Amino acid sequence: MSERFCEISLSVNGEDVNERVEARKTLVDFLRDDLGLTGSHVGCEHGVCGACTVLLDGAVVRGCLVLAVQCDGARVETIEGLSDSGAIADLQDAFQRRNALQCGFCTPGMLIGAQDLLARGGIPSRDAIREHISGNYCRCTGYHAIVDAIESIALARAGKAA
Amino acid sequence: MKISADQPSGLTALDRPNSYIGRSVPRPNLARLTAGRGQYVSDVVLPRLVHVAFVRSPHAHARIKNIETAQAKKAPGVVAVVTGAELTKVITPWVGVLTHLKGLKSAPQHAIAIERACWQGEAVCAVVARTRAQAEDACALIQIEYEPLPAVADAETALDAATPVIHPELGDNLTFERTLNVGDADKGFAEADAVVETTFVFGRHTGVTNEPRSIVADWNPGEQRLTVYQGTQAPHMTQNLFAKHLGLEERQVRVLTKDVGGSFGIKVHIYADEMATVALAKLLRRPVKFVADRFESFSTDIHARDHRVKAKIGVKNEGTITAFAIDDLTGIGPYSVYPRTSGIEANQVVSLVGGSYTCPNYRAHARVVFQNKNVMCQYRAVGHPIATAVTEGLVELAAAKIGMDAAEIRRKNLFPDDTYPATSAAGLKFEKLSHHACLDKILAMMDYKKLRAEQRQLRARGIHRGIGLASFIEVTNPSAAFYGVGGARISSQDGATVRLDATGAVFVHSGVTEQGQGAESVLAQCVATAFGVPIERVRVVTGDTDNTPYGGGTWASRATGIGGEAAWQAGKALRANVLAAAAPILQANPEALDIRAGIVVDADTGRERMGLDEVARIVYFRPDTLSPGLQAEFVATRHYVPRAWPFAFTNGVQASYLDVDIKTGAVKLLRHWCVEDCGTVINPQLVDEQIRGGIVQGIGAALFEHCLYDEAGQLLNGNMMDYLVPMACEMPDIDIDHMVSPTADSELGAKGAGEAGTAGAPACVMNAINDALRPLGAAPITAMPITPERVLEALRK
Repeated sequence: MSERFCEISLSVNGEDVNERVEARKTLVDFLRDDLGLTGSHVGCEHGVCGACTVLLDGAVVRGCLVLAVQCDGARVETIEGLSDSGAIADLQDAFQRRNALQCGFCTPGMLIGAQDLLARGGIPSRDAIREHISGNYCRCTGYHAIVDAIESIALARAGKAA
Repeated sequence: MKISADQPSGLTALDRPNSYIGRSVPRPNLARLTAGRGQYVSDVVLPRLVHVAFVRSPHAHARIKNIETAQAKKAPGVVAVVTGAELTKVITPWVGVLTHLKGLKSAPQHAIAIERACWQGEAVCAVVARTRAQAEDACALIQIEYEPLPAVADAETALDAATPVIHPELGDNLTFERTLNVGDADKGFAEADAVVETTFVFGRHTGVTNEPRSIVADWNPGEQRLTVYQGTQAPHMTQNLFAKHLGLEERQVRVLTKDVGGSFGIKVHIYADEMATVALAKLLRRPVKFVADRFESFSTDIHARDHRVKAKIGVKNEGTITAFAIDDLTGIGPYSVYPRTSGIEANQVVSLVGGSYTCPNYRAHARVVFQNKNVMCQYRAVGHPIATAVTEGLVELAAAKIGMDAAEIRRKNLFPDDTYPATSAAGLKFEKLSHHACLDKILAMMDYKKLRAEQRQLRARGIHRGIGLASFIEVTNPSAAFYGVGGARISSQDGATVRLDATGAVFVHSGVTEQGQGAESVLAQCVATAFGVPIERVRVVTGDTDNTPYGGGTWASRATGIGGEAAWQAGKALRANVLAAAAPILQANPEALDIRAGIVVDADTGRERMGLDEVARIVYFRPDTLSPGLQAEFVATRHYVPRAWPFAFTNGVQASYLDVDIKTGAVKLLRHWCVEDCGTVINPQLVDEQIRGGIVQGIGAALFEHCLYDEAGQLLNGNMMDYLVPMACEMPDIDIDHMVSPTADSELGAKGAGEAGTAGAPACVMNAINDALRPLGAAPITAMPITPERVLEALRK
C-alpha cells in the first residue's frame, strides 16, 4: 500500500509544507482538507467551472486537475496568500464596490484569473476580459459586473481615471 | 467606469436624514468572500465527522432484488453501510402534495430507495466512511442485483393506456391537472382576423449552483439535539421537515445556514439524500457530511421547465388581441417534490399566460405527469419563463402576421398604466403596474427606431440582426396563498429582532436568508435608516433557527419586500424604545427627539443631545440612576406579512439585440436591456445585479441549457463538459433602468426583483432570433434551447 502515499514538500503561500498525501489526492483537496485553505472551492471536479483556480509556480491551474504529488518542490499560491500579501487588494476592492460577486463561490478563482490577465499589462478590451475569464463559471452575476470591476482596475493600474 | 456612486438614487420617497434607502451601499459580506474567508457548508468540519457517499441507480426504473454489502463493510475507513430498508428505522417517508392544488397526488418517497428505484440517480445504498474517497471506494464494492422495469420517459405518452403506471396505487401517471375557461375563447378566435397556433417546447434544465448541495448533520445524544449545517434557502422549513420525519420536536433541531454557494430555487426543497444524511447522523450518533458531486447534482438537483405548450392567439387587423388558449404538458419525474410539490410550475403557467394584456378571453389546460426521470420542481422564476415565452412569442408572431410593429401591438394590448387596480383574465390581481411607461423607457434606452433602421441596412449587407421584446409580470412577496393555505409549514410572514448593544451598535436577527443576493445588506440599510445609525454599526444575523425570528427564508423574491419591511418596522420600534429611555435622561419629550447617525438629537433642529453609546452605558451599567419605574427595552421585534394582495406583482420589459449566422446557426448576443418596476428600490446596485444575473440564467435556458435524456430515461449529459452553461465570452453587456410603483401594503413599498431577469430573457431572445430570420422565410423557432442545429433546421423549412 505504501506506493499509494507520497511525501511532498512544497511552498504554499510562502510557507514550507511537508506532508504525506495519498497519490490520488487532487491539489484542491489537499489545500482544503489537509491545510484548511478553504478559499479554493470545489465546483465541478472536472476542470470546467474554475472555482478551484490557484497559482502553481506562478501559472494559473485548476486545483482539481492537478494532483498534490505533482506539486512536490513547487510554489503554490491561493486566494488566502494573495489576500494576505495585498497583491490583489485593488481588484478585491473593485469587486466589492461593483458587487461583482453574489454568492462568492466563484470569486477566489475569478480574482486569480483576472489578476493573471491584468499582470500581462495593457488595458484589455471588454471582449478580451470576457474571453479571459471564460474558464470561470459564475451563476449569479451574469458577468457584466465582473467585467466592469476588472476593466476599472486595468484602467486604474495604467494610471487612467477609473 | 461604471461603479455606482453610493448616493441617493432619487428612486425613493423614504427620506430620513442619513437615509440608506435607495443607495448602492456595498455589501458587508464581500470583504471576506473576496478574501476566500467565506464559510460554506462544504467547508464545515466537525470532530468525529464522517462522510457519506451513495450508490445510485444506473437504471431509470428497476426493482432492487438484492444488495450485497459484506465486502464494502470491510473496506478501509468504512463506518457503516446502510440500505433504504435499514434507514426506515430512523426516518419516515413523505408525500409531496398540497391541499390547495386540488387533485395533486404523489407516492411515498423514501430517503433511500426501497425495493424499487424510480430514476437514474436515485440513491439505493449509503456508505459512511472516514473520508469521502473511502466512502466512494466502498460504494464500488457493493453488488446490487436489479431487475430493470420499463421506463416512462416521454411525457406525451405517459397517460396512454399502453404505458405502465409508475405508482400503480395511484391509478395513473397523472400528477395534477388544471383547466381554466375565462370569457369566451371560441368567440374571441371567431372574431379574430388572424389566428396563430403553434407549439412551444422548453428543454429540461437545472440550476447548476456553483457550490453543489451540501449538508452536515450532527446528532448529539447528550443534548438530544440535531444540529444541521445546510446550504438552504429556508432553514425553518427544513427544521420542520427534519423534526417531523426523524420523530423529533422542532425545538430539538437547529438548522444553521452560513454562506451558500448559489441557490436559485435549487436549495429551497428537501432532497432524499439530505434526509438520508440527517437520518444517518441520528443512527450513527455522530456528525455526517454529504456534499453532492457534480454528477450527483445533475442527476438529483431538481430539474425544471420541461414543458410542451400548444398555444393559440387571435388578433384583429387593428392589433387587438381577442383570445389566448394554451394546452400545457409537463413531466415531473417519479415523485412530486417535497414539500412545495411539483404542481406549482404548471399552475403558474396557467395563471400567468396573457397576464400582461387586457384580453378577456382565455382558455387553459395543464397536465402534470409522472415519468422515470429526475424530479422537477420550482427553480428561479417558476413558470414565468414559460408563460412569458408563450405569451410574448404569440404576440410577436401575431404582430408579424398582421404586419404590425412589435412595440405597437403591445401598446394596443398591455394593461394601461392608469387602470389599476386591475385583474387579469386568469384572475391575477394587480395593485399597480407600469407596462407602458416601461415600454416607452426601454424603446428610448435602446433607440428602437435607430436599431430598426440599422437592422434594415444590415440586412442588405447579409447581416441578419434581430430585435426582440418581452413584456412580463413577476409574482413577488407571496402571502400565505402560495403554501400556507395548502397545508405546508412554510411561513409567508417574516420577522426581525433588533437589539442595541452596550456601545450603541445594533444587531439585527432576521428569518430571511442570505444567498448572495444581498439580503443582509438590505436588512442593514432598512434598520440603519429606520433606527438612525451609521450602517457600519449594524450587524445582521441570519440563517440560524435557534437565533432568528420564525420566517420563511428566501424564495419567490420575498427577502426585501417582506424581510426588509419587518426590519424597517423593528428599527422604528427600537428607535421609539430608545427615545423613551433617553427622554427622561435628557429631560425632554420623546416626541421631540430623534436618532440620527447614532446620536440622539432634537428632532426639529438636529441639535446633538447624547450619543447612543452614552444612552446604552447608562441603561446597561447605571440603571440605578434612572427614574424609578423606567425599564428600558433595547430589543424590539416586528413581523410582516402582505395582507392586501395575495402577491405583489411587478412588471417590466426586456429587449434583446443579436446577430444570427445563417451559415452556422450560431447566435451572437450584442446587447440586452431591461426596464423593470419592483416598487421602492432599496439598493439600486443589488437590484440591477439580481436582474443581470437572472437575465443570463434566462439566456442559458434560451440558447444552451438542456438535460438530455434518451428513450430509456438515461441522462446523457450530466456533466459540465456536455451541459452548456453561459460563460462570460458569450454574454452581452446588459443595460437596466427602473420605474417605481411602490406597493401600498407596506411602508417601504418594496416588491421583489429576484426573478424578473429570468422571467423575460428567454422570450425576448427567442423573439429576436425569429425577428432576424423572418425575412428569410424561416419557420418560427419555438423550441428551446435554440441551438445552432435548430436555427439551421428552421432555415431549411
